[in-house]
Parts: sequence; structure tokens; C-alpha cells
Amino acid sequence: MRDTLSDSASPMLDAATLSGRGVSLWREPKRFVRTYAGQLGITGASLVLWLAFVISAPGTFLRGDIYGAFAATIPLFGIVAMPLTLVVVAGEIDLSFPSTMALGMVGFVLMWEATGNVPAAVATSLVIGAIAGLINGFVIVRIGVPALVATIGTLFFFRGLSLVVMGGRNVTLTALRDTFLFRLFVGEFFGIPMQFLWFLLVTAVTWVVLNRHRYGAAVYVIGDNIQTAELQGIRTKRVRTVLFVLVGVAAAFAGILSSLFIVSFFPSVGEGQLLPALAAVFVGGTSVFGGKGTVWGTFLGAFMIGTINAGIVAAGLTGFYTEFIYGAVIVVSVSIHALVQRRFG
Amino acid sequence: MPDDRADDGSAVPRLELRGVSKQFAGVQALSDIDFRLGRNEIVGLIGDNGAGKSTLIKLVCGYHSPDEGEILFDGAPVPDLTVEKARRLGVAAVYQERALADQQQLWRNIFIGQEIESRFGFLDVRKMRQETHKLMLESMGFTSTAVTPESVVKNFSGGEKQGIAITRALYFDADILILDEPAVGLSIKETDKLLRFIQSIKEAGKAAILIDHNIFHVYEVADRVVVLDRGRIAGRFGPKNRSVIEMTEIMREIAETGKASIPDDPHEEAVENEEVRP
Repeated sequence: MRDTLSDSASPMLDAATLSGRGVSLWREPKRFVRTYAGQLGITGASLVLWLAFVISAPGTFLRGDIYGAFAATIPLFGIVAMPLTLVVVAGEIDLSFPSTMALGMVGFVLMWEATGNVPAAVATSLVIGAIAGLINGFVIVRIGVPALVATIGTLFFFRGLSLVVMGGRNVTLTALRDTFLFRLFVGEFFGIPMQFLWFLLVTAVTWVVLNRHRYGAAVYVIGDNIQTAELQGIRTKRVRTVLFVLVGVAAAFAGILSSLFIVSFFPSVGEGQLLPALAAVFVGGTSVFGGKGTVWGTFLGAFMIGTINAGIVAAGLTGFYTEFIYGAVIVVSVSIHALVQRRFG
Repeated sequence: MPDDRADDGSAVPRLELRGVSKQFAGVQALSDIDFRLGRNEIVGLIGDNGAGKSTLIKLVCGYHSPDEGEILFDGAPVPDLTVEKARRLGVAAVYQERALADQQQLWRNIFIGQEIESRFGFLDVRKMRQETHKLMLESMGFTSTAVTPESVVKNFSGGEKQGIAITRALYFDADILILDEPAVGLSIKETDKLLRFIQSIKEAGKAAILIDHNIFHVYEVADRVVVLDRGRIAGRFGPKNRSVIEMTEIMREIAETGKASIPDDPHEEAVENEEVRP
């Protein structure tokens, strides 16, 4: 085929681009900035926020302790924010995961009380998370209820189910303290909270899945133009269902970490995690319209969201400012993304 | 029905629809369609809006399944045609609006749903970028350094997008290309190039179904023309036997009355026999 559809007739592309490598910062700085504008934007914004904290409370933010606290608490919602990023990239949403965190833990506690077997308890919880995700997937993909509506429903449903099954009962988990799995999940590794290492692992796996696996490729196309995906033979129903299962499993896991971290199970576990996780995804630049989003953005977004609370207290402001600054950070970040999108998108 | 044998002399057409009907929520979109596509011919499919053109090609692509009748590839019926199966059988559709994922990079668009993988579904991104780059230079004619495999396709022109979609189809060895209104929104210059592109499909020994409102486009590249009207085949013509004015008249007549007053062209005369042309 000699015929072409383009009118351009400028010089040939250089050998460097023929190598199949991505855009290099050193070789083509301008194109690099254009290509990664969104991710550079969020990186800059998080640095600015961090510098603001350092300047206003150097005593706190130049010492290690507070970072240890961040590393212990950010993963509790960050681990769910990762698969949630995939869900939003695909143009869907899942609001039910805080309740899945509780429902999974109900399974954990019942299995543990019945058998005393901790690995079995963990497995039960993850399976329940997967089933909760399947229920979401079924209602959304097969029945056709919009994800926003369906997961508001299951948010109440899973929470209600947890409360009913537990009869409102709380369970102390102190007996688990000496188990291997407790140390593996929420212990410390050379002073680093284990849950932070789990967060890093989940982040790395999510990055690989989204950027280097055919599943992630399908997720991008589905969020971009689901008709294109279908016409090109992507099994969109299966891909979309799996998304909700991934969030369910991650939520159950986050429920285990959250409960072990405070060494007790409350059926209210997960309440208060909905907005931080969603905010991390959107602050990170993932488009609510689908087709666009990065794991790096969500990773930094989780840190921005997770540090604001402590940062405000350390800076000497009263707790009244928390939500005020929280809101300001979210609005400014998503505005930056919108501007970047208009300029470079 | 006239004998509508494939033009390469073989009795077995590459693609055949036999007695195909399709309803949507009680509306008869297609009724009792017989359609054949030879191994190396370009068939123009024309008809007014709602004539059933899109339904017909969606059946061929495996996107819908027929209520009645069968679809045959190389003479063998394929009863449960899916999008994947149709693609494996060599069908590729080039839809203008639905061909590409706008916010994704060029290389991702070339390989949607059929990525080059290393193992276990992991992508060989490097290889895909290299292949995309080769295609850009050899087939798509992107020679500007402003465009790379990493470029997002959103800002490409209509013609460029169409070129990407056709290139993708040929790259994956499709030999039944389905072009749905490929010239919509293209400039005159881009349309000329597109028509030459379609000619090159035939030169490459492949077949295509071309849907177009514009009889002049069809007249230029099609070996045969099938006219659909209200879900039925209203006529079959060899444009090379008739002048474009005659064809336009026939079209108008069909649009008004639902059938043509002149009989269908016998297929053998219609195609490839340039010498019988008046």
C-alpha cells in the first residue's frame, strides 16, 4: 500500500523513535512534558503541598515520626483507591467498598471464632469481598443499573447485612497479636509499617495491570469508547465485572488491615474511607468520564489526602480548618487537571 | 434472483448471506436477504437511511445474529457468529466514529483487542510501538516528527483516523473489509486518497463492502452495487455497464417506488468485463 491519507511531508522520524522506546525526558523534553503533563502536574502539586507543610510546621515535617504515622494510615484507603482507579478509568464507579470492608471482616470474625484458624479467616474475608464485587458486577453489567445507583444501594445493603449478622457486636482481636499473619499484615519491617509495603505492592501490581497487561488495555478502551471496544472484540462485560471483583477483594483486604491495626473489629469499619479513597483517585487526575487515569496520580493523590489532616494540626490550625483546606486542595487539584487537559489533551 | 456468483470464477463466494432476516423490537430491519461477496471484489451497498445497510454489516461482523437465514464463509455456514469469530474469519469493519479510542495513543489504537503479548497476557509495548511506527511510515503516511506512536489520536483529522482504521484492518490480514460511510467529513483531497485506498484493497487481492450515500464514490470503486430499500434488496447493478447519470436515476426511482423499473444486471456482464462496456 503506497497510498496514504496524510498530507504531511516533513522529515522522517529519527531512529530513536523507531527503537520502540517511550518518550524520553532527556532526548525530547518538550514532548515529554506534553505527554506526561497530567502526571507532572500532580507531582508538582503534591510537592507544593508538602513544602507548605514543611514551612508551616518544620519541627514536625522534617522529622521521621509523622511519616511513620502516614505510612500506617494512608494504605487503609489507598489500597482500595488502586483498583478503584481502574473502575473509574473504565467509566464506572464503586461507592460500596466501605461496607465491603465490614462485610469481609464479618466473615473473618465468624470463621476465626468457629475454627481459630487465621489463614482460613483471611481467605473467607477475601472470598466474601469477591462475592460482594460479583454482586455489584451482576447488577451493573448484567441487569444494567448505572454503577452510581447500584453501588449506593449495595453500600447500604452490605453495611446493613454486616450489622444484622453481627447484631451490632464488636469483637476484640487481641488474641491475634502474636500470630504470623498479624505481623505480616500490620507489623513493622525495619521500622516501616507492613501495611505500607502492602500498599506499595498493590500499587505496583495495579500499574503493571493497567499499563502492561491486555486487561488494562481493555479497561482504557472501554472507558474511552465502549462501542469501539465491543466492535474490536473486547469482552466488555467480563472485563467490567472483574473490575468490581477487584475492588471487592481489595476492600476486604483493607478491612482486615484496618481492623488488625486497631486490634478490634467494629461493624462500622470502613465508614469514613469512602471520600478519601475517591478523592485520591480524582485528585490524581483520573477522569470521571473514563478513558484516562494513572496509578502514579492516585498514589500521590492518596498522600495528599492522607497528609492534610495531620498537616493542619501540626501547622497549629484548629481542626475547624481541616475540611476547609481539604476541599481547597481537591478543588485546586482537579482544576489543574482540567487546565492541563485543555492545554495538552 | 440473478446469478450473483463471485467474480473470480469460483462458484464459492468468500462471504454469503442466505435468506437472512432480522427484527428489532418488532421492526423488520432486514427481510430475506441474499447477498454474495467474491474473493476479490468491491461491492457497493447503497440505500436510504433505515434501508438496513448498518444492520446487514453488523450481522456480517457478528455484532448481531440473524433471526432467520444463515451466513456462510467460503461456503460453510457459521451459525453462531461472534465479533471475535468474524474477525478470525477475516472480517474487519472500519467505522468512522467508532473505530478508534480517541484519548488513547496511536499504538494502543492499532492493537485494540489484539495486542502483541509476551506471555500471560502481558504486553510487548516496545514491539507494538515499533510496528506502529513502521505502519505510520509505510501505510499511513505520517512522516511529520510531530506524530509518534505515543500521540493521542483525538486531534487527528478525519482522514488520518480513517487511514489508521484501514491500516489496522489490513495489518491484521483482514480480507473482507467493511467500510461504513468512510468519506463522511473528509475533505475533497482526503476523499480522493480514500478512494485510492479502497482501490488498493482490491489490488491487494482482498474484498470490501463499501457503504456510501454518495453514488459517485461507489461508482468510482465498486465492481457491483447492491441497493437496499426498506430491508429488502431492491436491485443489483454493475456500475461499469451504466453511466453515473443512469445509476442516479435508478437510485431515485428506488427511493421513490421501492423498486427499479429496469431489471437487475446479470452479474457476469457486470463485473470485470470491461470490453462489454458500451
